[in-house]
Amino acid sequence: MSVIEREVMDKQQQDGWRGFKDGKWKKEVNVNNFIGLNISPYIGDESFLAGPTENTTALWKIVSELTKKEIANGGVLDVDVNHPSTIISHGPGYLDKDKEQIVGVQTDEPFKRSIQPFGGIKMMIDATKAYGFELPQEIIHMFTEIRKTHNQGVFDAYTSEMRAARKAGIITGLPDAYGRGRIIGDYRRVSLYGVDFLIKEKQRDLKNLEVDSMDADTIRDREEISEQIRALGELKKMGEMHGFDISKPATTAKEAFQWLYFGYLAAIKEQNGAAMSLGRTSSFLDIYVQRDLEEGVLTEETAQELVDHFVMKLRIVKFLRTPDYNELFSGDPTWVTESIGGMSVNGDTRVTRNSFRFLHTLYNLGPAPEPNLTVLWSTKLPEGFKKYCAKASIETSSIQYENDDLMRPYFGDDYGIACCVSAMRIGKQMQFFGARANLAKALLYAINGGVDEKSGAQVSPEFPKITSDVLDYNEVMKRYKNVMEWLAKLYVNTLNIIHFMHDKYSYERIEMALHDKEILRTMACGIAGLSVVADSLSAIKYAKVRPIRNEQGIAIDFEVEGEFPNYGNNDDRVDSIATELVETFMGMIRKHHTYRNSLPTQSVLTITSNVVYGKKTGTTPDGRKAGEPFAPGANPMHGRDKKGALASLSSVAKLPYEHSLDGISNTFSIVPKALGKDEDQRKTNLTSMMDGYFGSGAHHLNVNVFAREQLLDAMDHPENYPQLTIRVSGYAVNFIKLTKEQQMDVINRTFHGSM
Amino acid sequence: MDGRIHSLETFGTVDGPGIRFVLFMQGCAMQCQYCHNPDTWDTTKGKHVTIEEVLKEIEPYLTYYKTSGGGLTVSGGEPTLQAPFVAELFRQVKERWNLHTTLDSNGFNDPESERMQELMEVTDLVLLDIKHIDPEKHLKLTAQSVEHTLKSARWLSDHGKKCWIRHVYVPGIHDDENDLLNLGRFIGTLKTVEKFEILPYHQMGIYKWKELGREYPLEGVPSPTDDEVNRAYRLIEQGRQSVLA
Repeated sequence: MSVIEREVMDKQQQDGWRGFKDGKWKKEVNVNNFIGLNISPYIGDESFLAGPTENTTALWKIVSELTKKEIANGGVLDVDVNHPSTIISHGPGYLDKDKEQIVGVQTDEPFKRSIQPFGGIKMMIDATKAYGFELPQEIIHMFTEIRKTHNQGVFDAYTSEMRAARKAGIITGLPDAYGRGRIIGDYRRVSLYGVDFLIKEKQRDLKNLEVDSMDADTIRDREEISEQIRALGELKKMGEMHGFDISKPATTAKEAFQWLYFGYLAAIKEQNGAAMSLGRTSSFLDIYVQRDLEEGVLTEETAQELVDHFVMKLRIVKFLRTPDYNELFSGDPTWVTESIGGMSVNGDTRVTRNSFRFLHTLYNLGPAPEPNLTVLWSTKLPEGFKKYCAKASIETSSIQYENDDLMRPYFGDDYGIACCVSAMRIGKQMQFFGARANLAKALLYAINGGVDEKSGAQVSPEFPKITSDVLDYNEVMKRYKNVMEWLAKLYVNTLNIIHFMHDKYSYERIEMALHDKEILRTMACGIAGLSVVADSLSAIKYAKVRPIRNEQGIAIDFEVEGEFPNYGNNDDRVDSIATELVETFMGMIRKHHTYRNSLPTQSVLTITSNVVYGKKTGTTPDGRKAGEPFAPGANPMHGRDKKGALASLSSVAKLPYEHSLDGISNTFSIVPKALGKDEDQRKTNLTSMMDGYFGSGAHHLNVNVFAREQLLDAMDHPENYPQLTIRVSGYAVNFIKLTKEQQMDVINRTFHGSM
Repeated sequence: MDGRIHSLETFGTVDGPGIRFVLFMQGCAMQCQYCHNPDTWDTTKGKHVTIEEVLKEIEPYLTYYKTSGGGLTVSGGEPTLQAPFVAELFRQVKERWNLHTTLDSNGFNDPESERMQELMEVTDLVLLDIKHIDPEKHLKLTAQSVEHTLKSARWLSDHGKKCWIRHVYVPGIHDDENDLLNLGRFIGTLKTVEKFEILPYHQMGIYKWKELGREYPLEGVPSPTDDEVNRAYRLIEQGRQSVLA
C-alpha cells in the first residue's frame, strides 16, 4: 500500500469511526470492546417509540400480499432452479427500491427461493418436485457425478449400526442431508471495520500458518482461511452489485444496518443451515443510531424506519426445503434469532433504545415468528424494559426469554443465541449441531433387549431382555444405563462423521470469515423425551408396572397399578430422576472423542419434533400410548402438572444447566385472564414470575398468552389469523402453518389457569 | 391439625392482590347453581393434609408471593367450614413469613362465633361473595338464606376488616335493575370495601357437573356480554352513590 493510499484509507476509516471512543477495538477486531466503550444504556420506558412510516406500511403490504400468494401457491411462490446459490449468484432484488431503506434479498426477486445443493442434492430434488418445480438434469448431474455433496460424504462413511439407529428413530433430526446451521457470523464486524480490514486480518492469520510441518490440521486451516478470504471478496462484490462500497467502515446508521445485513445476506445465500441466527445486533446498531440522532441526521421516526425495514428483510428469509423437513420443524422456520438486552459484566445494562425498537416491530409490522426475538433476561434489567417485554409477550406471544444471569458467567457479555437456546460467544465460538437422541425409545430398548418396539428389528447389540412380571426399578436402571452407554457412543461417532463431512463439502466460508481464527467448537448433543422417561421411571419406582408383551416377547403396553409422582409438580421424588438423567447422559457423552476436539454439550430441546419422535415411539410405562407426542423440550407432560404454573416451572428449573450447556427449553402457555385482571397486573405478575423463575436458575422460557378457544378458531378459520404467532420449543411459528397434528399438540398442552 | 383440601394452585392471580398461593378447601353448604367447582361441595371427600404439609407446598414460592405483593388465599369449597384449620394456617404463615392472608368466603358462617373471631384475627382481606341481594332469589339459587352473608358483610364493616365484594353475574338471574340498584345500596352502607368485582358467569365448570352425574341447572345459559356486565357495574355504582349522597 502506498503512503497516499494509506492516507485515503485512514480518512475513510476515521469518518466511519468519528465520535467513537478510542480503544483496543481500533487495533484489532474486537466488537465487544467497541460496544462496552460506546453504548448508551437506556433505563426508561417505551414512551419515546414511533409508529411505522408510510413507506414501512406500504412495504409491509407488499410482503403481506406476497405471503398470501405464497400460501395460495402451496407454500413456495417461485424457485430459481437454474443457478445454485452463492454469495454472488444473483443480482439485486427489491420489494420497492424507492421505499426500501435496507436492500437485498436472496435472489433477484423477493420470495423467489434458490437451490442450495451443497448440503445434499436429494433434498433439492425432493423439494423442487414437492412444490411443483423441476430441477434441470445438468444440475442433478453436476451434484451427483461431478461435485460431491455433504450428504453423500456422510453416507459413504456411516456404519450399518448408524443407519439402523437412524431408521428406527432412536437418533433423528441429524443434519446429514442438509446444512447444519447454528453458526453465527459476527455480522457487526462488516459495519464496524469494513471488509478490507477483515481481509487484512485473515491474510495475516494465513501468513502465520506458513509453518515448518504441514500436517492435516494445518493444511485444513490454511485451506479454510483461504476460502474465508475468497468469501469476503465475494461479499464486497455483492455489496457493489447493490451499489454500495462496503470495503470501508459504515459512516451512518443506515450504512451500519446495510453493511451488517449484507454480511448476513451473504451467509444465507451461501448456506441453507437449519438455523441461521443473527447474533446480538440491536444494541451495537444503537450506537450508530445514537450518533446520527445527535448529529441530526435521524429522527426517532427514521430510526424506527431503519429497524422496521431491516427486520422486514429478516422476516422474508426463505429456504427451499422438503415438506418432510417442514413437518419435522413446523412451518418454515429459519431461526433468525436476535438476542436482545442482557447485562454487561461491569454491571451496566446492555439494553438500549434499539432494544425497544426491535421489539416494537411486533407492533409496527404485527406479530411474526421471525426474527426469533430472544430477550436475555436478568433480574437486574431496567424495570421499564421488563414491563415492555411483558406487555409485548402478553399481546403478541412472540418473545422468548433466556437467563442472562445464568449464561453470563459462562459466555461473558457478548454472546448470542443460535437457533433456540444455544448460547455462544459471538465470533469466538461455533457449534456442531447434533439434533437429539430419543431417551424414551432407549428406555424401551432397555426393557426389550435392544429390539425396536415398532419394527421388531434388533437395533442395538443384543442386551438381555427384562422378563419379570413386574418391572423392578433397579433392574431397569441397570439395563437402561447399558443402553444409554451404547447410545451415547454411537451418537457421538455419528456426529463426528457428519461434521467431518460438513466441513469438507459444505464449509461455511463467510460465517467463519466473520469469526476469530482460534475459536471454541462445541459438539452439541441433545435429548428428547425427558419427561416421558422421568415419569416412566417414577411409575416403575413408586407404582407397579406390568409389561404386556407380544408373542415376540416385546413389551408393547404397560399396566400401571397405584399412584406415582409426575415431573412438573415440584416433587423431588421424580424431579430428581429427571435431573439425574440429564447428568448421567451428559457424563456418557463426555467419555467419547469428538471431531476437532470439540467440547461436548447437551440440550434438552425438541423444537417441535416432539410430535415426530412420539410417532416413532411405542407405548411407555408412564401411560403415554404409542404414537402420542412427547412433551416439547424439558416441559412436563401436558395435563400432569397439577399444582399450577409455579410448581411446573420449579420442576424445570431444577435441571442442571452445567450439564446441559446447550440449553434447556420450556414452553409456557397461559390464558390472559390467569395472569391477572387488568393489563397492569398482568405485566407486573408476568415480570415477577420471570424474575422468580430465572432467579431460581432456570434457563429458558417461551411465553404464550392466549386462550385455547382462539387457537381452535384459528384451526377452523386460518384466513382470519394470518399473523397468529405462537412460541414452541425455542422458537416461534406461524400457527396456521402447522400440520393438524401439531396444532392439536399445541392445543392439548397445559394451559395454565384454564380451570 | 388436619384439613381436607380439594386442590392447590401455585400461581393464582385473580383471588386477591399479586401472585398468590390458592388453597381450595373441600366442602360447601351452599349449592349455587352456577358453581364451577361442584366437585368441592361434598364434605366427606377431599385429601387430608396437615398444616405442616401445606406450609411445605407454599415455601418454595415465597419469593414470587413476596415480590409481587401477593400472598396466601384460602378458597374452596367454603373455607370457613374448616375455620380452625384455616386460622392455624394463617397464623403460621404470618408468624414464619409475614405473608398476606386472604379468605375467599360466602359469609355463611356466623362472624360472631368464637371460631370465626379467631380466623378473622389472622385474616388481612376477605373476598366476600354475595350470591344474590334478593332474599327469595338467593334462596332459590343457593338453597340458603342471604341474611348470613349480609350479616358477615356488616360485621366486617363494623370491625374495620378490609374486604372485596364479589358478585357472580348470570344472565336471567342477576339482570333485574332493582336487584342491582339494591346491591349497590347495600354496598354503599359498608365502610371497608376496597374493591367490587363482577365475576361474569362462564361455562367452564359444566364438565364437572357431568362427571359427578349431576344435572346442570343452568344448561344453555350464555355468559354475559361486555355490555351486560358494564350495565350491571353502572347500576350497582348508581345504587352505591345514592346511599353515599
